[in-house]
Amino acid sequence: MKLLVGTGALLSFVGGAALATGPATPPNAAAAQPPEVKKHELPVSKDGNLVVGLCDGETSMEVKGVKAGQSLTRAQAQHVSGALMEEWLRKNPDAHWDAVPLVAQAPAPGATTPRTQQPRPPAPASSQTVRPGGVTPESGGAEVKKELSAPIQDGHTYGAFSDRDEAIWAASTQQFVDEGHRVFHDAAAIGGTVGISCDMCHPDASNTHPETYPKYQVQLGRVALLRDMINWCIENPVRGRPLADGDPRMRAMEAYIYAKRKGVKLEYGKK
Amino acid sequence: MGNKFRSIETKHHAERDAFFEDLKKLDRRAFLRVAGISAGIAAGLGLRTPHSFQLVNVAEAQGTKPRFSFAYISDTHLYEKKLNDRFVRAILKAVDDVNALDPQPDFVLFGGDLAQLGKPGELKLGAEILKAVKAPIRMMVGEHDWFLDMGELWTDLFGPPNYSFDHKGVHFVVLNSILEKDFWTERKLTPEERMQIVAGLDNGIQSRFEVGAPQREWLRQDLAKVTNKATPIIVFSHSPLYKYYRPWNFWTDDADEVQALFKPFQTVTVIHGHTHQLLSNRIGNMSFHGMLSTAWPWPYAPEGLPRLTVQMNRADPFSQFDGCGDGRMDVLASGMVDKLYNLWERNPISVRASYLASGGKQDVPPRTRLPSY
Repeated sequence: MKLLVGTGALLSFVGGAALATGPATPPNAAAAQPPEVKKHELPVSKDGNLVVGLCDGETSMEVKGVKAGQSLTRAQAQHVSGALMEEWLRKNPDAHWDAVPLVAQAPAPGATTPRTQQPRPPAPASSQTVRPGGVTPESGGAEVKKELSAPIQDGHTYGAFSDRDEAIWAASTQQFVDEGHRVFHDAAAIGGTVGISCDMCHPDASNTHPETYPKYQVQLGRVALLRDMINWCIENPVRGRPLADGDPRMRAMEAYIYAKRKGVKLEYGKK
Repeated sequence: MGNKFRSIETKHHAERDAFFEDLKKLDRRAFLRVAGISAGIAAGLGLRTPHSFQLVNVAEAQGTKPRFSFAYISDTHLYEKKLNDRFVRAILKAVDDVNALDPQPDFVLFGGDLAQLGKPGELKLGAEILKAVKAPIRMMVGEHDWFLDMGELWTDLFGPPNYSFDHKGVHFVVLNSILEKDFWTERKLTPEERMQIVAGLDNGIQSRFEVGAPQREWLRQDLAKVTNKATPIIVFSHSPLYKYYRPWNFWTDDADEVQALFKPFQTVTVIHGHTHQLLSNRIGNMSFHGMLSTAWPWPYAPEGLPRLTVQMNRADPFSQFDGCGDGRMDVLASGMVDKLYNLWERNPISVRASYLASGGKQDVPPRTRLPSY
């Protein structure tokens, strides 16, 4: 059964590839055609019962006592999804999952508390190495492990990033901050009409104190976010038009201002 | 609208103006009486006036009359009027202030940074506005005036950037302390780019300010002529003649060498612009006072603030003139100065010579309620 699933998936892929490489098909037409998706045909119940399909595209189940078109109760839906999942696990015995950690359960109402029965500590995450086809050495997960020279939880793709990944992220963040620096220091970029730029009153973003927002801004008579004050400054001393929340200049300036206050304790609401 | 609907600010200004208006009409004895009454009124109204108005004139009340006074206007950062009227209105306000002083000051010091980007239109506009000042005016150059054409037009308009003069027994020296080492030729910067970089505070590209060896030599020769070392010296320098905060160029690189030249004198006072904030420092025989800007206040630097500085409350960004202003120096018989910060949106603050001379023990100016952070 597992093989079949694999074959089905492969078939559609190979079919697409054959289309693209087949000598009879003009290349342009092939590129325009979307890849063929096999439709999951649900069997029809002879009693007119509801049939529910699993998202694997082939498993389905007839719900006894519920006619097609009727909606399921919560209990019925839980039963159906549980049964479908069990069926999928039966078909895919090698599927790799983290063990479900045991957590302390509240005793059922009325039950006596079994004081001797201690909750077991949560099972550690799977200690197996990642299986082939999932995270590969190219993903850099092994590098992380080497660097830290300590036992590392495994079984996730998240966190399996390399020095190169981190360098890219740091560079793109810095690029964002640099753009904010540019806007902050340029009266024209911020849309000012009187030649005044932000740094003229706030060298190195001083006295912007982003870590104190949100706070009640007495002069505005309401609680303000940092961007509300940025916009106030743009409208008044800078005499420009306020920026929309999603304006890249606003986002970049926020990045720059926060970057300049790195390490300062967050103390929102401060006067 | 009835009186009871006036805003707190309006009431405050009405009270403040009335108080100073009344002071002008009084002799000393009556002054003391009014001062007492006004404190009583303030207490009765429940106003928090930790430094109520009468403190401003304590010096006169004690009979320590200054030998003379001069006023200052500084850091106007003018753009051309059609681009930016905000800073133009501020310098006009300052000119009105010093013209309203009664008695008139002996002269008015302009503390530098007349223009924002050193453009001819900016400098000429400033020169035109300053013509309206009634008292004689003494000019000092700032970096914003200089780095577009390396001082060419400024010198045409106002004369050499460093000079000295004697006035009522005090030797005054005006320095050009905003010279920088060449950072532009190698980078192939245009004059506009060079000016733009110097105009920004928070960049590491520009060089640091210095008085420079040739000017130090000029200063040495000038001071050599003052044979009586008890003669009070007052120095005008745009940048503070000490090292405050290097990343923002609140700094003069050869400050130590310059200070050494003043060592032989008993009383030396340096008045500087550039920092746009209340700033007090004392190093040996030298007292340093920062001037207010008319254009905008700057926050205090994150480190290096001189110990004697009593910070001003951080400025209300919603009030255009808050943290800005002009002021007056009363030169005392000792040669030191009492400094009056005329803050436009607040009570004036005096920093007395005795505060600096006592190392911060006497006449401590009022503390801030809202420090900068």
